[in-house]
Amino acid sequence: MTQTIDTQTVKHIANLVRLGISEEEAQTFSGQFSSIIDYFNLLNEADTENVPPASDLANAENVLREDEVKPSMSREEFLKNAPNSEGGYVKVLTVLEGQ
Amino acid sequence: MNHLTIQELRQLLITKQISSVELTRATLQRIREADAKVQSYVTVTDELALEQAKRADERIAKNENVTPLTGIPFAMKDCISTRGVRTTCSSKILESYIPQYDATVTNKLNDAGAVLVGKTNMDEFGMGSSTENSAFPATKNPWDLTRVPGGSSGGSAAALSANLATFAIGEDTGGSVRQPASFCGVTGIKPTYGRVSRYGLISLVSSFDSIGPFARDAYDCATVLEHIAGHDEKDSTTYQSPVPNYTSTINKPVKGMKLGIPKEYFVAGMDAGVESAIQEAIRQYEKLGMEIHEVSLPHTKYGLPVYYLLLFAEASSNLARFDGTRFGLSVSENAKDAIDIYLQTRRAGFGDEVKRRMMLGAYALSAGYYDAYYLKAQKVRTLLRRDFESAFASCDVLLAPISPTTAFKIGEKTDDPLEMYLSDIYTVATNPAGVPALALPCGFSKDMPVGLQLIGKHLDEATLFQVGHAYQQVTDWHKKLPPL
Amino acid sequence: MKLTYEPVIGLEIHGELLTNSKMFCSCSADYASAPEPNVNICPVCTGLPGALPVANKKATELAALVGLALNCSINKHNTFARKNYFYPDLPKGYQISQYELPIAERGWMDVTSPLTPLLLGEGLGAREQLRVRVRRVHIEEDTAKLSHEKNYALVDFNRAGVPLLEIVSEPDMRTVEAALDYTTKIRAILRYLGVNSGDMEKGVLRFEANVSVRPVGSEELRTRTEIKNLNSFRALTRAAQYEIERQIKIYEAGGEVIQETLGWDDARGVTTSQRSKEDAHDYRYFPEPDLPPLKLSDAWIDSIRKRLPELPEAKTSRFISDFGLTPSEARFLTSELSLANYFEAVLSKSKSSAKAVHSWIAGELMRTLNESNLSIDELTLSPESFAKLIDMTTNKIISGNSAKVVFNEMVKAGGDPEQIVKEKNLAQVSDENLIQEIVTKILDDNPSEIEKYHAGKETLLQWFVGQAARATKGKADPALTKELMLKGLEERRK
Repeated sequence: MTQTIDTQTVKHIANLVRLGISEEEAQTFSGQFSSIIDYFNLLNEADTENVPPASDLANAENVLREDEVKPSMSREEFLKNAPNSEGGYVKVLTVLEGQ
Repeated sequence: MNHLTIQELRQLLITKQISSVELTRATLQRIREADAKVQSYVTVTDELALEQAKRADERIAKNENVTPLTGIPFAMKDCISTRGVRTTCSSKILESYIPQYDATVTNKLNDAGAVLVGKTNMDEFGMGSSTENSAFPATKNPWDLTRVPGGSSGGSAAALSANLATFAIGEDTGGSVRQPASFCGVTGIKPTYGRVSRYGLISLVSSFDSIGPFARDAYDCATVLEHIAGHDEKDSTTYQSPVPNYTSTINKPVKGMKLGIPKEYFVAGMDAGVESAIQEAIRQYEKLGMEIHEVSLPHTKYGLPVYYLLLFAEASSNLARFDGTRFGLSVSENAKDAIDIYLQTRRAGFGDEVKRRMMLGAYALSAGYYDAYYLKAQKVRTLLRRDFESAFASCDVLLAPISPTTAFKIGEKTDDPLEMYLSDIYTVATNPAGVPALALPCGFSKDMPVGLQLIGKHLDEATLFQVGHAYQQVTDWHKKLPPL
Repeated sequence: MKLTYEPVIGLEIHGELLTNSKMFCSCSADYASAPEPNVNICPVCTGLPGALPVANKKATELAALVGLALNCSINKHNTFARKNYFYPDLPKGYQISQYELPIAERGWMDVTSPLTPLLLGEGLGAREQLRVRVRRVHIEEDTAKLSHEKNYALVDFNRAGVPLLEIVSEPDMRTVEAALDYTTKIRAILRYLGVNSGDMEKGVLRFEANVSVRPVGSEELRTRTEIKNLNSFRALTRAAQYEIERQIKIYEAGGEVIQETLGWDDARGVTTSQRSKEDAHDYRYFPEPDLPPLKLSDAWIDSIRKRLPELPEAKTSRFISDFGLTPSEARFLTSELSLANYFEAVLSKSKSSAKAVHSWIAGELMRTLNESNLSIDELTLSPESFAKLIDMTTNKIISGNSAKVVFNEMVKAGGDPEQIVKEKNLAQVSDENLIQEIVTKILDDNPSEIEKYHAGKETLLQWFVGQAARATKGKADPALTKELMLKGLEERRK
């Protein structure tokens, strides 16, 4: 099957990963994505009946930590990298409803 | 002395023929002279390096905690966190990010007394095969400055190849150590997934990322891996099993061992020069007494789509934390709310390749496509693993090419993302399978280095080093230096 | 023809797990007592590049314990997953949660509901038992705390990464009362298990209600709305009630309910739209690659099962059958584990009946706790002393009124009830001759009141008894006083 990823879809997935893009970029990406996704459809040829997903076959299991408190990092150091802070808090803009 | 191995320098250091400060100064001097052309470093840590070198000399003087790495200058790929030293992932979004903590690997090298001389260039967040996708100038191949060094750990490979460090730490998600090692004519290993802690490594693909060293030969790689591998309580995906002493078994003869040649890796499309170098290496192993067997990894052709789909998916999520609120770039002009900041910051901070991959990842995971793409890829990934398991039932190690070509020209493939992906065809299957692979220089094609990879069983790096070392005892490809 | 509607309600309960450290890092989880913002933080819970999660062992044990208490099956293979979305309170851009394979699934909880599915306040008639299915119990991490200022917000990551349990029901409730009973019972169980303090004012337990309505008799599931962040039982019932009525009005007017996420405005008493439909979230869940799966053995599950205490339902039945309490008395006593334990401790030291002990606890003790705003755990009154006091009233050594005085003294300053009775001279006067003397004197002193009484104002009896109580400072045996007073009044009737 050939799938095209139109500019609407490109804008939608860009928004999912919160990436601002222009109409022009959406067009370029749309063309590139269609050929890439088309190539991925190669996977449809592989017979995966009764094959478990590899995500269930990790090289470890039950890796658990004892419930013990260890010292935290310094707030001053943490906030040093924050673009905006105030009174020990990280300062951000809020999310307007309806976005 | 910049071209000497760890082993050789160690002798000079402990017999006090040179000091670490002298060695480090020489390395920094060489960086100042040569790196203007190669552009392998993003940040050079002169002061820190000299401080560390001084401490290393004190350790050696007192003969306290002296390890084979004490006093040895090294470079580190710029995706591994170094407290107080800028760590950029070669991305604008982290251009001035200074981590507040050290990666486990950084800690281990520090504890061993190694001397960090700088952080090296890479494809942004590891996304690329040429080190051209960088917020910094593209790194050049020391063998031919008009060509790429490979990627994504191109800076580390080029730095080592140009003698700008004695060893270099890279990170391999789908060939990012092996392909640049091959392009730059150095030795490098992608260890078993989970052998080296990822804590502090800025994640590209959590389930593929493997930190591994570049060095002058297999012996040096083994030495470095011994010091950086091991269980880490901060990384739930690391193996519990103890790290073997690789260098103690490296001299064992390879006679009678079984070398598998996966037939799916020898198909049309490989450069003749590359193919003949690989075939010559196979003959060399035959001479060393190894039994050569053809094996089949039947699902190899699915390696690329499995690799890229899972990469896109995991990366789209791993890169979500770069949102301009706690660290890194933040573009807030005219922003009405937090979402505007996200959109603007991420637009300005990420390069096109990163954007492409994040969007495709969101696509592969989104409602309605999850089963067809993400889940399907995870199932085929199981088949890729089984391929390796059954191949290793009949042989000890596999030998395969790394790249169908030698280093290509800068700018040659930047327009077509899919073509760039296709050049990773021989390296990508190992990461979804989690198996280790060692890259060795094995000749030249039109004056550019050719590399091969030895692929091993899970956690069997010891055999890879043994087989790689045996080859390097009878060849000198790894000793060739670029005409820089 | 006017249709009658019935609500269809499903609930999500988010409860913080009482662990020392956070879910995926070793920072303190006790954000409530953090002296300042951003002091319990590390690279993991603030989502710094390269930091990796490691799961908290205790949290998985507590989650399994809750699953078993809610009659769920434990998934021997369960996995963490990433829920991807952007918000300023979510440092990594995803929340680590459980999706396809939660730790526990398919349980149930019995609740009671008014028999006729009518609206709140009308369902005072017969009640029915109803089994609400619990779809799943899963572990996730809490978000950071946002304090909203005028046009910006301040982020405190002390809460980020605190372990949360989410308990999701099937849409099995048909009345608001059933929803209230379900949440009340689950809160009690969480407290019994010691996994959550149940302190709703501190936000450690939050509800989310999925509400739709449909014509009675219909089996269809109509469009539902989700009301988020309900942080009290009152908010839950008011919001659900409001939403039911709102949806009925929409259908009555020929409209359609749209699927959306709502908030509850407690001050105005209305639900408000939070996100529009077009922004229907696509969370792109996938298995968390940084965390290996949890594989739980039968032996492990059994060891957790052994830690299950007697739960409220079982305790209620035992209190009814062993102690002869009524269902409502038993339910009151078992509503809190500490209350039930206190009751049993007092009862075991006392020779009085369970009913007597219950009535003291339900009466004086609860009044005192409420007035002083204390919890039963903060009470210094020992079960032994309390039992002794109850027995002294049962044995008529002191009167009920005096007992209250002694009780207050004991709560305030402690001490032995016998000692207090002696010091305050409160021993009950049961000497018939003595009481008769007092009664006679009161009757002699109040001829006009006797006349009114004889004229038919019989309520004056209480006044006469009260005069006697005052004269004895409350020590006269009230039953005996009343008997003698009545006799004297009748004798004087000419």
